[in-house]
Amino acid sequence: MENYNSTQLSQTRRSFLGRAGGGVGAMALASLLDPKAFQVQAAPAQSQRWTGTVKPLHFAPKAKRVIHLYQAGGPSHLETFDFKPVLAKLDGKAMPESLTKGQPIAQLQGQQLRVMGAQHPFKKYGEAGQEICSIFPHLGSVADEVAIVRSMFTKAINHDPAHSFMNSGTSISGAPSAGAWWLYGLGAETDDLPGFVVLSSVGKFGQAQPIAARQWSAGFLPSRFQGVEFRSKGDPVLYVGNPQGITRTRQQRVVNAVNKLNELRDDVVDNPEIATRITQYEMAFKMQASVPGLIDISDESQETLDLYGTKGADGSFAANCLLARRMAERGTRFIQLYHRAWDHHGGIKRNMAGTATEVDQATAALITDLKRRGMLDETLILWGGEFGRTPMAQGSGRDHHIKGFSMMLCGGGIKGGVTYGATDDFGYNAHENRVSVHDLHATMYHLFGIDFRRFTFSFQGLDFGLTGVETPRVLTEILA
Amino acid sequence: MARSIRSRVEPRWHGSQHRGARTTARPYAVLSWHCSALLLGIAVLSLGARDASAAGDVDFSRDVRSIFVEKCYSCHGPDETKREGELRLDFESDVFAERDAATIVRGKPDESELYRRLVTDDGDQRMPPPDSGKVVSDQQKALLKKWIAEGAEWQEHWSFEKLAKPEVPKGASGEFVQNEIDHFTLARMQAESFTPNPAADRVTLIRRLSFDLIGLPPTPAEVDAFVNDSSPSAYEGLVDRLLASEHCGERMAIYWLDVARYADSNGFHGDNPRTMWLYRDYVIDAFNSNMPFDQFTIEQLAGDLIPEAGRRGLIASAYNRLLQTTQEGGAQAKEYYARYAADRVRNTAGTWLGTTMNCVECHNHKFDPLSMKDFYSMAAFFADIDEPAVGGPQHTKFFTPEQQAKLEQADARIAELNEKLKAQKSEEDQTAVKKELAETQTQRKKVHDSGTDLVITNVRATPREIRILPRGNWMDDSGAVVQPAIPAFFGRLETGDRRATRLDLARWIASPDNPLTPRVLVNRVWTLMFGTGISGDLRDAGTQGVLPTHPDLLNWLSADFVEHDWDVKRLVKQIVMSGTYRQSSLVDNEKRSRDPYNRLLARQNRWRLDAEFVRDTALSISGLLVRKVGGPSVRPYQPAGYWMHLKFPNRTWQHDTGQNLYRRGLYTWWQRTFLHPSLLAFDAPTREECTAQRARSNTPLQALVLLNDPTYVESARKFAERIVQEGGDSVEERARFAMRQATSRAARDVEVAVLSDLYEQQLKEYSGDKEAAEKLLATGLSPSESSTDVTQLAAWTDVARAVLNLNETITRN
Repeated sequence: MENYNSTQLSQTRRSFLGRAGGGVGAMALASLLDPKAFQVQAAPAQSQRWTGTVKPLHFAPKAKRVIHLYQAGGPSHLETFDFKPVLAKLDGKAMPESLTKGQPIAQLQGQQLRVMGAQHPFKKYGEAGQEICSIFPHLGSVADEVAIVRSMFTKAINHDPAHSFMNSGTSISGAPSAGAWWLYGLGAETDDLPGFVVLSSVGKFGQAQPIAARQWSAGFLPSRFQGVEFRSKGDPVLYVGNPQGITRTRQQRVVNAVNKLNELRDDVVDNPEIATRITQYEMAFKMQASVPGLIDISDESQETLDLYGTKGADGSFAANCLLARRMAERGTRFIQLYHRAWDHHGGIKRNMAGTATEVDQATAALITDLKRRGMLDETLILWGGEFGRTPMAQGSGRDHHIKGFSMMLCGGGIKGGVTYGATDDFGYNAHENRVSVHDLHATMYHLFGIDFRRFTFSFQGLDFGLTGVETPRVLTEILA
Repeated sequence: MARSIRSRVEPRWHGSQHRGARTTARPYAVLSWHCSALLLGIAVLSLGARDASAAGDVDFSRDVRSIFVEKCYSCHGPDETKREGELRLDFESDVFAERDAATIVRGKPDESELYRRLVTDDGDQRMPPPDSGKVVSDQQKALLKKWIAEGAEWQEHWSFEKLAKPEVPKGASGEFVQNEIDHFTLARMQAESFTPNPAADRVTLIRRLSFDLIGLPPTPAEVDAFVNDSSPSAYEGLVDRLLASEHCGERMAIYWLDVARYADSNGFHGDNPRTMWLYRDYVIDAFNSNMPFDQFTIEQLAGDLIPEAGRRGLIASAYNRLLQTTQEGGAQAKEYYARYAADRVRNTAGTWLGTTMNCVECHNHKFDPLSMKDFYSMAAFFADIDEPAVGGPQHTKFFTPEQQAKLEQADARIAELNEKLKAQKSEEDQTAVKKELAETQTQRKKVHDSGTDLVITNVRATPREIRILPRGNWMDDSGAVVQPAIPAFFGRLETGDRRATRLDLARWIASPDNPLTPRVLVNRVWTLMFGTGISGDLRDAGTQGVLPTHPDLLNWLSADFVEHDWDVKRLVKQIVMSGTYRQSSLVDNEKRSRDPYNRLLARQNRWRLDAEFVRDTALSISGLLVRKVGGPSVRPYQPAGYWMHLKFPNRTWQHDTGQNLYRRGLYTWWQRTFLHPSLLAFDAPTREECTAQRARSNTPLQALVLLNDPTYVESARKFAERIVQEGGDSVEERARFAMRQATSRAARDVEVAVLSDLYEQQLKEYSGDKEAAEKLLATGLSPSESSTDVTQLAAWTDVARAVLNLNETITRN
């Protein structure tokens, strides 16, 4: 019944098309997931470094990488970038029902809605006279570098789905996050570090909300595009440290033996996955050295450490900003820093001021540092949260708010010194030049030379893209 | 050929005695649509688009529909608002309707307006219009011409067609042909001038079968027994043994738990725990006892509505509670009820119908026969489920027969004592009885508390009102109220004045009239045995999925499956007994270049094992694996701080001790937002949504897991003890032993040399650094059972690490 003599099949090998790069295996995987991959993977890559699917780019790019300074929890736009004098005048008065009736609301469900004025004064900064809350003096000092968008709105009013919406353009789980799209479309410029990295820090003022790993998930894209979390305690990347008792030399011998045996097996079975596996072991071994090298900031000058306001890799937002710059230098495509700190349902006056001190200096330092290294033009920085906060008081704090909030962008082809869009007098509804999350993503794509219409992935028979089914708008007004 | 191996006859829950509903199917012409991207894929996968000069008839589904979809439907498709010239080309009745100029005249391309417009030189007349940017190639024109000339036979979309058993294309014989499956695949191969691969060698076959049927590698003893078994029934005997193994249920369950999205936590925000594992064990038991798939379906969707299903039905009904829920303060009930309703529609459609209904939550489908009303009508079936919108769910206690007996005993005793109490006159006597009563009650409570929690389906007195939500907006109450109904395209449940229930829905889903359920299940089971489906898209059997490479085979298997009482093990056996399954997975250059994706099934496939089996394989080789089936989820080692982002409350992972550290991967605690990182690295899904198809990636993180995760280091350490203990005396013998354990085959000398070298070098190192050797050997909690010198054991541990890291060790071929 069985035929034992199948060796004749294994006599010819290594000559097959695309064999050298292990390309067929990769293509087979891609095609399994997305038949469209045939279009975009005309030739198997020679290197195992993923070089992206958008080739050539749809038009000339401005930016090369994203640093998303994600202010998780929902920072109040009314104490950051959106100055509303009317609120101060009406402080304590009833909120006009015409604005709030029938609108989504979170913890203020069923309560009396009263106006709360800005808890900190605003100042005009820079030559452009950008209005920024005075608790962010360092940001003020780089005001001419940044564009402030005051007319964001989003769809989900609770943290978890709102994060999903901000990251993946939908609040249904299972869609890829922006970082995964970037990596899938553009590849990375490093092969010994992950192309999409996530760092996080926790604030000391107010409660830190949970955040799910799905926020950096690859969703329905191949999992190699998921974000890799860098941690400040234990192994900086999961499992990157050798087992106890194993030195780098000993590990290398094991890896070498694995790869040698894999090669020998490949001689017999001629399986393209084996070539890929071998390369992955080489990369893993390289990562075991490059990751510690990345987080070892002993080669940074004292002046630089002072600029960021950090003593070292201690898991603070400031330390993470410095690491973000180091990753940017090493070719990481998408760097996301979560600062879990901004859910100020109570004590917003003190807590906003406190949280501002955790991020203000380091954000400005990152902008300054990238600029002096000539990297700001090619690095798109995004600063903001998943939503804003109500103009109405929730005791001494503010509740979640999705109808209008602010976002700051900088570098990477963004025009500096600009404030774009506006909310109404109450800071409630974004009403002038409204910007959806999909508009934001389409604009980011644009800066990278990607036309959102032409960058999709077929899943469940549908062409999915980050920017949703309705046509978004590229915010040309804030482009340099 | 395949004997039915169902162990017992189960009740089926179909009977009309249960307020039965019948479906009336309405006749329909199926509109069909295919996105252009998929078509491009198909052209490659099916070995090149057909061209008109090729021998054989033009096939509408394979060759023609795609051209209509790609080139015509943007103006002549189902979307009314875009339609031009009142012409639609998606329904047969419209295409062949009487018009001034007949669109298509069967047999006569030149009299067909459609063809005339395609080939005319007149720019004003030509279709597609020159300014549309769409071009029909000469090859496509020739195909259309030939199709019309051959009679323009129209076909329905494959998965919507009523299931019928096609003729088996018998004719061929020989070694390859083991059962009906092979007739279908061979016919296709012959049409393309292919020949099947020879059968794989026996070592490969037993390894393949072991992974496919029980998710574990064979032991060398099992391999030897099979290789040396000269009886003609050796192969079938092996298949039967594996199908009868209780690990078979575990293997099959993993796939089901993916689609049904089983997890140990609720997914949103705080991702709080809830106790669901009795459902997981129900699924394992169902596969092990070979419960008919229709019954399995009905029990999960509506087990709570079938009194006769008893305890098992209630446990099965936990399916309805597997969705993601929230406990976030400030979440609005109305919004979350809307989310839950939509989630259930998505999952029911994804799990059984293999159809995505996601788009019709917000708008009528542009290309598929599904409407928003269908979506919300489907949601209405689940409106009777009693659940909090925000907050933890209520758990129900379940008891083992032993616990149940103890409870009953205690209850009886309590009743007795109460009677006795009444009878006692003296205070002294009363005190004694009271004392015993209190003790018995405490005892009873203890037994009760030791019962197992499960979130099952509880029913509300009145179902919640379900409305169509315009654009999916939960705040918009302007939509019409809907009643439970299946998608109108599939017909109507005949329930008279009675509101249709989940049980009606379940019976319809599992009815032979439903064209989708059997095809979807068969295609997915096929995938477990071949790595890819007969239809390549496991997530969408709808009009936008991928056409099957062997539509007749899929239809035949599906019809046969239904005819044989939805017998899953029989189906599995049928597949693995086929010659098609038994082929070698080796591929020569010619085959690889002509059929890179193996759409012709002229060979077997090879793939990296699923995440859970990667773990199980290492534990099994090391001897650490604890083969206990079922029970509460377990916690193997996990890096400290991995749960730092979990809040409300803060949680830290405390790994188990003892046996629970070495259980199979499927029992690992499934925390949706932070799934165990070594499972995640190998593409285990978080199970937030229906996952019909796992990714199969090959990444550096996987290398880091296998090299450095303490589970794998400990496995290597214990494997090293076995190597030294059982592997013979010389270094070479031991290296050979190690390779054989992990790969099932005999090692080559050159491989032995590589491992021996590694051993000698590491031994030298550890001899000069005994402390390091001790450290390495201190990894993991299992005690050492070896008196061998630590430096030697450490060196063998590194050899074992290398072997456990081999691509071959984690590959099924």
